[in-house]
Amino acid sequence: MEIGHRRKERLDRGVKVRTEGLYALMSWRELGYLTMPRLVLIIGMLILPLVMPSMYWQRVISIVCIYALLSLSFDFLAHFVGLVSLGGAFFIGSGGYIAAILNTILGLPPMVSIPISTLLGAVICTLFLFPCLPLRGVYFAIITLMFPLLLGRVIEALDILGGTDGILGVGSFTNSWVEQYFIILMVLFYLFGMRRLVNLDIGLVFRAVMDNDQAVRASGINLTYYKTVAVFIASSMGCLAGGYLAHIYMWAGLSMFALDFSILPIAATVIGGSGTLVGPVLGAFILVPISELLRAFGTLRIVFYALILLAFIVFRSEGIMVYGQRKYQQFEKWVKV
Amino acid sequence: MNNQPILQMRGVTKTFGGIFALNEVSFDLFESDILGIIGPNGSGKTTLVNCITGFIKMTYGEVLFRGKNISRRPAYKIADMGIARTFQIMRPYFSLPAYKNLVIPLFSPRAKRTGGWRGGGKLGDRNAVSIDILEEMGFERESYVPYKMASNLPTGYLKRLELARCLALKPEIILCDEVFSGLSMSEIASMVPLIERLQIEGITLIMIEHRLRELFQVANRVLVLNFGEKLIEGTPGEVMADKKVKEAYFGSEKVEEVETYA
Ligand SMILES: Nc1ncnc2c1ncn2[C@@H]1O[C@H](COP(=O)(O)OP(=O)(O)OP(=O)(O)O)[C@@H](O)[C@H]1O
Ligand SMILES: [Mg+2]
Repeated sequence: MEIGHRRKERLDRGVKVRTEGLYALMSWRELGYLTMPRLVLIIGMLILPLVMPSMYWQRVISIVCIYALLSLSFDFLAHFVGLVSLGGAFFIGSGGYIAAILNTILGLPPMVSIPISTLLGAVICTLFLFPCLPLRGVYFAIITLMFPLLLGRVIEALDILGGTDGILGVGSFTNSWVEQYFIILMVLFYLFGMRRLVNLDIGLVFRAVMDNDQAVRASGINLTYYKTVAVFIASSMGCLAGGYLAHIYMWAGLSMFALDFSILPIAATVIGGSGTLVGPVLGAFILVPISELLRAFGTLRIVFYALILLAFIVFRSEGIMVYGQRKYQQFEKWVKV
Repeated sequence: MNNQPILQMRGVTKTFGGIFALNEVSFDLFESDILGIIGPNGSGKTTLVNCITGFIKMTYGEVLFRGKNISRRPAYKIADMGIARTFQIMRPYFSLPAYKNLVIPLFSPRAKRTGGWRGGGKLGDRNAVSIDILEEMGFERESYVPYKMASNLPTGYLKRLELARCLALKPEIILCDEVFSGLSMSEIASMVPLIERLQIEGITLIMIEHRLRELFQVANRVLVLNFGEKLIEGTPGEVMADKKVKEAYFGSEKVEEVETYA
């Protein structure tokens, strides 16, 4: 075809109409354009356990999913509600200990103890964080970081809940496929659920709380109530991950309050793209395996880790997801003129 | 006009570390009134709005809304009762488009309860209602302006957005903190009918203004604050004629200019 008879046009051009999120679909091709990224993500996650070479790597997938939930929780609170939370360890610890107690004392199987620890843990975490809700920015962050340290010391000093040994003999999943698909489906459920939530009207209220809390008060809306709801949702993700962790490690102990659970989600969010919800999940899928691969370097691991992070922050500070989205939207097709 | 005042201030006092930002301010506000509050910079006008709406706690004194003491209630409850306010420093949700800004007040318990808005509850409806309210406040429905990010809106539209946010609550009283300031003459001229319309709809207004000429066009009562104290309260004409006001507020050279306006 001669030049002049056709030109390039961005694929999304006919798709996006006036406002974000309102689409006019004209063809299967455009439908494909829109659903493709979602399908790739869902199918990709579902086949992961099948393609993993060993039990070891299958376990890594489970750990990745735990961090993915924590990263999602961090991203939601930090970039949709405006609460910077370092509560990962707190959530994991609460969920983990509750699941362990439910399983060892009441004999509840994972499929019962995990949902209960999700809800009960979220209630407990929310109650602890409730007095801190008026705090902002770094002050809230410090408090959320303090609770796991505090609880850890209490357990150690009073020698309750197994003390430094932790709670041993927690029942495991009966089947390794169930074990993996359970957490993968949970990640997908929370991911799409949260994406949906932030675009609902209540999600707009969350974003408004972050944007400008005074105007929210002036609109007759109880700030504390919505912050509480947000913290409950976010901690439920962490507590679910914690309960799950207790069952796959068959143990709940002080290392569940480890700093990693609070810090790594931030790194994953930075790498993946903050405020995208999908980005942090992808970030976890990149960071955790890298950290596993780096185990070979022993203590030097943290150095490599820091270098990778640094490179990301310097060269791709917007995050993978934002970059990818931009590139994807720039896909062009030929159209006749 | 009703005999029972809709809002009563009883000796409202607010101190900031020994400074009296408000000193024993009392007045009555009657239904469908437009009360103008004027006073030099730092005379406590914004502090008064903050005290009424619960954004700061008054040191002592009380505010009665329809006879009920509201002086110790939290800000969101006072807004929920129907006392809306604008902010002197405009506070839109900058990361949201203009019409989404209104979804938040429409999501409030008050808007859900009074529900007078068409459709009210369901998703999507709120967007339509927002556009309606914005149109009422002078956003052109067919233009792209209601869909623009609030961060890209010019001052004139931001002021309208502030009013629209109040209006979404179906309030009984709106406290406007300097809605005219920062606007050009023609912009103000187009805002005045909006204010008059609110009054016709039965909303009681308190308007804090530095633009006396426009204020006196709409206000039927005026209160003058100076150093946190009420200097005088009366009709625009009475206030203009008062000697204390001329001395304390207007300054000698400004008097003639203002008088010609009034
Ligand atoms: N949060 C605060 N802390 C300390 N002092 C304050 C505070 N808010 C106001 N003030 C003081 O109270 C006095 C009244 O301030 P206010 O903002 O109410 O004045 P205003 O009449 O609204 O002035 P303007 O015309 O400039 O808006 C001022 O002296 C101000 O410095
Ligand atoms: Mg002021």
